[in-house]
Amino acid sequence: MSIDQFKYSRIPPEAEAVRGEVRAFLADALKDNPAIRRANSWMGFDAEFSRKLGARGWIGMALPKRYGGGDASPFARYVVIEELLAAGAPVSAHWFADRQSGPQILHYGTDVQREKHLPAICRGEQFFCIGMSEPNSGSDLASIKTRARREGDKWVVNGQKVWTTNAHRSHYMIALVRTGENSSRNQGLSQFIIDLSLPGITIRPIKDLTGSEHFNEVFFDELVLDADALIGTEGQGWAQVTAELAFERSGPERFLSSIALIHTLIDAVGCKPDALQAKEIGRLMARLLTLRHMSLAVTSQLAAGQNPAWEASVVKDFGAVFEQEISELAQLLCDISPKIEGGSDHAQVLAYLTQMAPSFSLRGGTREILRGIIARGLGMR
Amino acid sequence: MREIFDSTIERLFLDLVTPQAVMSCEGGVWPEAMWDAIEESGFTLALAPESAGGAGAAWADVCGIVRLAGRFSLPLPLPEAMLANWLLGVSGLQGCGGRLTIGAQGTLRFENGTVSGEAIDVPWGSEVDFIVAVIAGDEPRVVLLSTYGVQKIHGANIAGEPRDTLVFNEVVPLATELLPLGLYDDVLRLGGAMLRSAQIAGALECGLALTTTYAGERVQFGKPIASFQAIQHQVSVLAEHTAASAIAAEAAFAESSNERLAEFFSMAAKICSSEAAGIGAGIAHAVHGAIGFTHEHALHLTTRRLWAWRSEFGSLTEWSKKLGYAACSGGAKEFWPAITSGQLHNLKGVPA
Ligand SMILES: Cc1cc2nc3c(=O)[nH]c(=O)nc-3n(C[C@H](O)[C@H](O)[C@H](O)COP(=O)(O)OP(=O)(O)OC[C@H]3O[C@@H](n4cnc5c(N)ncnc54)[C@H](O)[C@@H]3O)c2cc1C
Repeated sequence: MSIDQFKYSRIPPEAEAVRGEVRAFLADALKDNPAIRRANSWMGFDAEFSRKLGARGWIGMALPKRYGGGDASPFARYVVIEELLAAGAPVSAHWFADRQSGPQILHYGTDVQREKHLPAICRGEQFFCIGMSEPNSGSDLASIKTRARREGDKWVVNGQKVWTTNAHRSHYMIALVRTGENSSRNQGLSQFIIDLSLPGITIRPIKDLTGSEHFNEVFFDELVLDADALIGTEGQGWAQVTAELAFERSGPERFLSSIALIHTLIDAVGCKPDALQAKEIGRLMARLLTLRHMSLAVTSQLAAGQNPAWEASVVKDFGAVFEQEISELAQLLCDISPKIEGGSDHAQVLAYLTQMAPSFSLRGGTREILRGIIARGLGMR
Repeated sequence: MREIFDSTIERLFLDLVTPQAVMSCEGGVWPEAMWDAIEESGFTLALAPESAGGAGAAWADVCGIVRLAGRFSLPLPLPEAMLANWLLGVSGLQGCGGRLTIGAQGTLRFENGTVSGEAIDVPWGSEVDFIVAVIAGDEPRVVLLSTYGVQKIHGANIAGEPRDTLVFNEVVPLATELLPLGLYDDVLRLGGAMLRSAQIAGALECGLALTTTYAGERVQFGKPIASFQAIQHQVSVLAEHTAASAIAAEAAFAESSNERLAEFFSMAAKICSSEAAGIGAGIAHAVHGAIGFTHEHALHLTTRRLWAWRSEFGSLTEWSKKLGYAACSGGAKEFWPAITSGQLHNLKGVPA
């Protein structure tokens, strides 16, 4: 891998053009949202808000028009999602569908699957979750045990997923499961689109450390799926998942998770920062600008049909370090104690993001796993 | 243009700018043949308009050249000469051939048509024939000065690159013009910061290449040290900072026009690369073990430049404070729009 694959890419003017409209819409739609709600943008689930975005054509924008998308460039989509995140809009409901399930279904799905899911995704009416992790398979995803066996023209699924964000309020899960007889590791894996309303599925929310319920354990007990629940090619699940991860790892959500805290920090510091405050805020700003260049470089590779898995890992790891540093710096720069009740906007956002920060280098692949991928790209493994 | 520039310079550097050659320049030896080859190639004048005797290239075309100068530890002020000629050109003056550098710092005054005062930390100041400087004041002006007969006090940065003081006493400039509107009297400092960010990116690329190669060759406990996860993860961090520095520098060059430098992008590039320099040099040395700590091994050509360049033309702290003051004076509302537009207001008139 070469550093030169990070090519500086400007957002083309026609993609940039949508920014003003998105900003105006958000200024109005979010005007009553307090800072603390803006801080949990990516975790903020608001089905009605998602439908409003769908009505504006801002979900599944890059999907083809005939499936309800906008045929927009990946850059136009980028503009929309970075504005949503920067403003702290509640995007969780449709996020996974927009980011990865939609493109996945377009790429690997049959026409029937595309018709069934893509228009509804674009309207902001079908929500997806990602079923990869299992109790004994986190980083070592290739060790998953959930299994689907063929029975006639049906598939029967048994096993368990865990940490599945939004499973309790999504319509579908794209799950990675084992289909090969006696298969091991990354052989014999397949992906299924699972309708979460079917019998044989139990979903139990797991409280996270803040006490909120975002992720879940999901049990499959003799779950019966039609043949057309399989997406892509039987046995090709590993390759499909790997391609999906490039979408999952390079977007602006990989470095904007703490932007609400930058905002409250700047307001808390005021217009006359001391030297240390000015220095650290300036340094964060420089890093953010640069991370955005890197992320846009990956977007242009995705737009060109490449699979920038290595570059995406660089963005995610570098971005996670940045996101995690912000709550530490906020603590260092101001004598304001974090508060989960009472306190200023800044105190509340600081409390929330201090607690969320550890997850930034876990979800979507841990720091150690990403650095392993980067090292492999450098020829060290 | 970019590809031709890059490949021409790379061939030239591969030929002439060997570690041996670089090492023998330490302490201020001017490599005559190397300079002549570079001058003949015309690159010192690349950024001057054609009407001023240059090639009329854009900043975006030359980022690769400056990165290569960093990668090869070029012991000559080629980047400085390019910036000097850009400034002469944009000020309506003829480009200047010959040994040329910039004086971005000092106490120069312009009185009755002559220049007096000191230019300090001038790269290769004792070796060049000409320097370009900006004289601050109500009407900041660009001056091209001959160094002939001027008092020269030798200094050197950590890498042994000459950083000299020149003392001017009522010297009549060879050419002078008021600084054009839209440029400020710190333009050479800002331009210097942009150059160093690209040189640091190039040096990190070199450090990364040396480090991955060495880790693949060095065997301990019966296997190459590259197979140890602790080593892999450190080198990954080096690669991340290299990528960040490179794209930040590319962005600064790409967004700079022939009329003005991209201020926010250049500052950001220098901030990111200055941070990367220390981290990157540390990792490269850690992985190289004792051999990398020797004078004989070429690693120090790169790492000592990283340590030098990060503090030249404004450190991480200096530029970060500037950005931070501007960000805070705009308030939270202006923060994100500044990132997406690349325009940060209030950069002027804040304490340094
Ligand atoms: C908020 C949140 C939301 C999530 N949402 C989803 C979701 O929607 N869908 C989904 O499928 N999953 C989800 N996950 C799960 C996530 O993908 C896993 O947490 C992650 O892959 C790590 O797995 P693990 O937690 O089992 O940790 P482990 O894999 O057990 O890792 C524990 C530690 O060991 C380290 N480690 C493991 N293997 C190695 C190795 N080979 N070398 C060095 N170190 C190693 C890890 O880096 C980590 O530091 C979510 C997680 C979080 C925190």
